[in-house]
Amino acid sequence: MNIVERLKEQLLDKILKFDEKSARRIYIDLKPEDIYDAVKFIFKDLGCRFATASGVDTPAGIEMLYHFSYDETGQIISFRALITDKIKPEIKSIAPLFKGAEWIERETWELLGVNFIGHPNLKHLLLIDEWPEGSFPLRHDRKLS
Amino acid sequence: MPHKVVVPIGPYHPLQEEPEFFRLYVEGEKVVDIDIVIGYMHRGIEEISEHKHYDQIPLTVERICGICSSSHPYAYCLAVEDILGGEANVVPERAIYIRVIVDELQRIHSHLLWLGLAGHFIGYNTIWMWAWRYREPILDMFEMFTGNRNHYGMCKIGGVRRDIKDEDIPVIKKTLDELAPALGMFKGAVMDDPVIQARLKGVGILNRSESIDWCVLGPTARSAGLNIDVRRDDPYGVYDRVSWNVIIEKDGDVFAKAVVRILEMQESIGIIRQCLDKMPKGPIDANIKDIPVGEGIGHVEAPRGECFHYIRSDGTNSPVRHKIRAPSFMNVAANKVAAVGQTISDTTITLAAMDPCYCCTERLMVLEKNTDKKIMNGWDLIKASQEKTRQIQEALNGGSK
Repeated sequence: MNIVERLKEQLLDKILKFDEKSARRIYIDLKPEDIYDAVKFIFKDLGCRFATASGVDTPAGIEMLYHFSYDETGQIISFRALITDKIKPEIKSIAPLFKGAEWIERETWELLGVNFIGHPNLKHLLLIDEWPEGSFPLRHDRKLS
Repeated sequence: MPHKVVVPIGPYHPLQEEPEFFRLYVEGEKVVDIDIVIGYMHRGIEEISEHKHYDQIPLTVERICGICSSSHPYAYCLAVEDILGGEANVVPERAIYIRVIVDELQRIHSHLLWLGLAGHFIGYNTIWMWAWRYREPILDMFEMFTGNRNHYGMCKIGGVRRDIKDEDIPVIKKTLDELAPALGMFKGAVMDDPVIQARLKGVGILNRSESIDWCVLGPTARSAGLNIDVRRDDPYGVYDRVSWNVIIEKDGDVFAKAVVRILEMQESIGIIRQCLDKMPKGPIDANIKDIPVGEGIGHVEAPRGECFHYIRSDGTNSPVRHKIRAPSFMNVAANKVAAVGQTISDTTITLAAMDPCYCCTERLMVLEKNTDKKIMNGWDLIKASQEKTRQIQEALNGGSK
């Protein structure tokens, strides 16, 4: 059974949308609350490597993409979750699962204002500690002073 | 009685490619904890990129890093071409070969730069001077066929900006012919030298399970036995059409990292030679005009590991989102395990072994925690590292060297 079939079998009806853009680029839409378990499965059980996470500010909310690479076949599997609450966006942190996710969550927290619940060390990474609260550089609606 | 002191390393030095700040907590000679502070060079390129035309972005992202300055534009172009249907379907054959040639030459000059610095840090200044002396012809070659020693400006969406002229090909081949024996010499000088072995083996170990946990990349991962290389796993360019090997070591120490990089340079020479022979004639640009709505991912194996770009397009002239993840973002974080538990004299080379261009040591000071009294500066620490090598030399061959 290949990795995509195993993912489909594990996630079943949690998959909101399955999009195979090409043989090596797969996007799976999930609810934000299902991300943690899906990440745990793909990293711990399937042995995929965590590449990075991208946050996108869209009119509908903050989109979080978690990119995983399965290096045996070169496939990149991206989990997508839409956080609709733009005023107080929150999602469960995946940093407790593996260390490699710590920095990118800190970066997304300060640049896009997504609060990662359960992150062991959520503090500024790239911006200075004195950065004004509530100002997020990658939000499209931010006010330029 | 050992007093707990804080050793600040960094953040600025003109030689450094990325300013980083390491705060080492030491007890006596031993490093007990480390804080890594980054952000000094945060220029907001992801945000800048969202306000630029698609054609301007390769030149912008090229300036993320001066050493791997073809990896970022290449990964970006692959991401955009992923929206368009993939590099192989969009880009003319000759342009793909030129991209790979530039990419591999860049790998050689980047690894030589690292090797030189590593040699300097452990007191082998001869290796430093040799490595940089052989790096120089590579940069001259870049100047000859791209116009610049760094920041080549070659990659563009759908092709490359400049062709390699027929009369330049023999010059490139001749330079590679001269470099190959030098790499053989480095291989011997590093791998067979008992002093270097004693100095670097067992130092700065990042084992296999830690490497997976921290998601490290490139030579840092391959030296710990992780069999990953984007060039082979998700082939772009012509890497699936030339023969080459992925270099894997298993120890995860500084010595293994050095071996991986030296052997990789030899593979790179082989790849470039095959590309120069196989490169067909033809156009070098597909003249892409519009980027359709969609999202794409491009990743390449930069000298330090996988360089990852994500692009989302809404059909306008600029991307909606451009996420960039450089390999050092993952590798530097792992210093938290690699550097802890060692002596200060080993920290210099351990932090350098990830290849984050660790020239900031000249800004390094040891301060006594209570009084802030200065004990050592950066040069003292390099001297401490070099002194350790000298002692090993003396113990091994009675100081006859």
